[in-house]
Amino acid sequence: VIVRALLGHRLAPIAGVAILVLLLPLLFPSAYYFRIAALVLIFALAALGLNLLMGFAGQVSLGQAGFLGIGAYAVAIGATRFSLPSWLCIVGGAALSGVIALIVGRPILQLKRHYLAVATLGLGLLVAIVLTNEARWTGGPDGILVPHLVLFGWPLRGPQAWYWLAGATFLIGAVLAINLVDSPSGRALQAIHDSEVAARMLGIEVGRHKLTVFVISAIYASVAGSYLALLNGLITPDISGFLRSIELVAMAVLGGMGSVLGSLVGAGILVVLPQAPTILHDYEQIVLGIVVMGCMIFLRQGIVPAIANMAPTIVSAIPAIAKALARIRP
Amino acid sequence: MAEFLQFAFSGLTVGAVYALVALGFTLIYNASDVVNFAQGEFVMLGGMATVFLGLAGAPLPIAALVAVVGTVAIGLALHRFAIEPARGAGPVGLITITIGASIFLRGVAQVIFDKRFHSLPPLVGGDPIHLGGAAILPQSLVVLAGAALLVALLWFLMDRTILGKAVVATAANRLAAHLVGINTRHIVGFSFAVSAAIGAIAGILITPITLTSYDAGTLLALKGFAGAMLGGIGSGLGAVLGGVLLGLLEAFTAGYLSSSYKDAVAFLVILAVLFVMPRGLLGRTKVERV
Repeated sequence: VIVRALLGHRLAPIAGVAILVLLLPLLFPSAYYFRIAALVLIFALAALGLNLLMGFAGQVSLGQAGFLGIGAYAVAIGATRFSLPSWLCIVGGAALSGVIALIVGRPILQLKRHYLAVATLGLGLLVAIVLTNEARWTGGPDGILVPHLVLFGWPLRGPQAWYWLAGATFLIGAVLAINLVDSPSGRALQAIHDSEVAARMLGIEVGRHKLTVFVISAIYASVAGSYLALLNGLITPDISGFLRSIELVAMAVLGGMGSVLGSLVGAGILVVLPQAPTILHDYEQIVLGIVVMGCMIFLRQGIVPAIANMAPTIVSAIPAIAKALARIRP
Repeated sequence: MAEFLQFAFSGLTVGAVYALVALGFTLIYNASDVVNFAQGEFVMLGGMATVFLGLAGAPLPIAALVAVVGTVAIGLALHRFAIEPARGAGPVGLITITIGASIFLRGVAQVIFDKRFHSLPPLVGGDPIHLGGAAILPQSLVVLAGAALLVALLWFLMDRTILGKAVVATAANRLAAHLVGINTRHIVGFSFAVSAAIGAIAGILITPITLTSYDAGTLLALKGFAGAMLGGIGSGLGAVLGGVLLGLLEAFTAGYLSSSYKDAVAFLVILAVLFVMPRGLLGRTKVERV
């Protein structure tokens, strides 16, 4: 009973991820693996923010990479041009992203479906264009070097340190996300997802709730962008390009919309696949395309929800399988 | 004045291609509610296949014809093997599938063609035509005429043939169309084929002017989508209008303001239009039923 209660607890998946994050390094043969895992966790954070917006509130954003770029350039410009401490720049970038989302979100979120998609796409593109053209500040298309993060007097370098920081941040983000989903606001968002008109009739302030979740998703993306910049040490305007935004959408959808674990799985697939051996490098995009299409065709709700749905069937089939096996043996 | 004409012509030329891409979006969207992000790849495939068939020794008209037929086959395959099996996956799921398809097609193009930029000899050669002080490439006129012809043909197809009426009926109400005996599956497939053909032809027309490469499709899809939304998705006339407007906006911004901010201004205008007219210029209002 206790086990079932624990498994059923809303934070159970998070505990699972926490254990995974703690144990996984035992399998890592080299620093390279830490780096890839850190990348997965960072992208998972951005995908999670987008998932809150898309999976729970049902609002599509094709410009999420714009906030990734704001976070990334906040640490780059803040540290190099104003010699501010990097951690302050992460916070500042997140605040800036939040404020921009707040200002732009009000008119943009009035739009529906594909119109919202094109408006957010334009927003992301605007950020990318400014980053490319304001070379005095951003270094232009060649990018800009980012100094190391210094936390409590310790310079944070090396993939290992970043793995732990990214892991901890993702877990915090996931707990906050799950708590949001289970709160009255979260239920309001799901009502908006199902039908905006019906939600409004029930007295839900549709505009305010959509705006809140848009701001939250922007902050998640911004923090992820700051981390990416600090981990890589170099940042180019590509970080807020259209392809990045599309990639984030694919991560959220592939893993499973409305699933916190799904964001992690989706990010895992889209970050790890392109790391394939160099012989396969030419075929990377072909494989990636096939994986994305295949997942959506065969696992429509996304990987994690589809597996979760299948699990009871598999579990209930175990006794029958065991019986069959027992019959074969003698 | 000469300057104005020059910008207007280059804007119209690029806008005509955006309009064709936007039309492709609209056709597929109307028939199946799918926003096909692989639309730009049709344009790329049309251009690239013609280039490489030409390099292999095929005369240009034959190369172009084979490229269009090949792209149509790919459009049909996309419908048959990726969209059809995922019926009922929801709009975001379907969009993700077309994004996957676009990554896949880009990957294939990168392997069987190459990663370099390519051009085609212009269909009509010769010196630029001088008109009111502006120099106009003959190929620009070919692009404009080709786009106009395609739009006219499409209008004829949709408005004057039984097949077109079936497409319109499917777009209006798929279930009702099915009930009166229209094979809606075939109609959706047909709209993918027509869309692919339009894309491929647009690619062949514009390659002599703007060059093409394996990744040229992304930007075109983005612009075509924006054009379709500006005009109001679902409206054919809106798609053409939106695409041409987008091209003109870009050309005038690049000419009079700054070429590095041409996309920025174009998108700012789109945002402004959407705030005033949330359904685009010619989009119909739809009431959500509860």
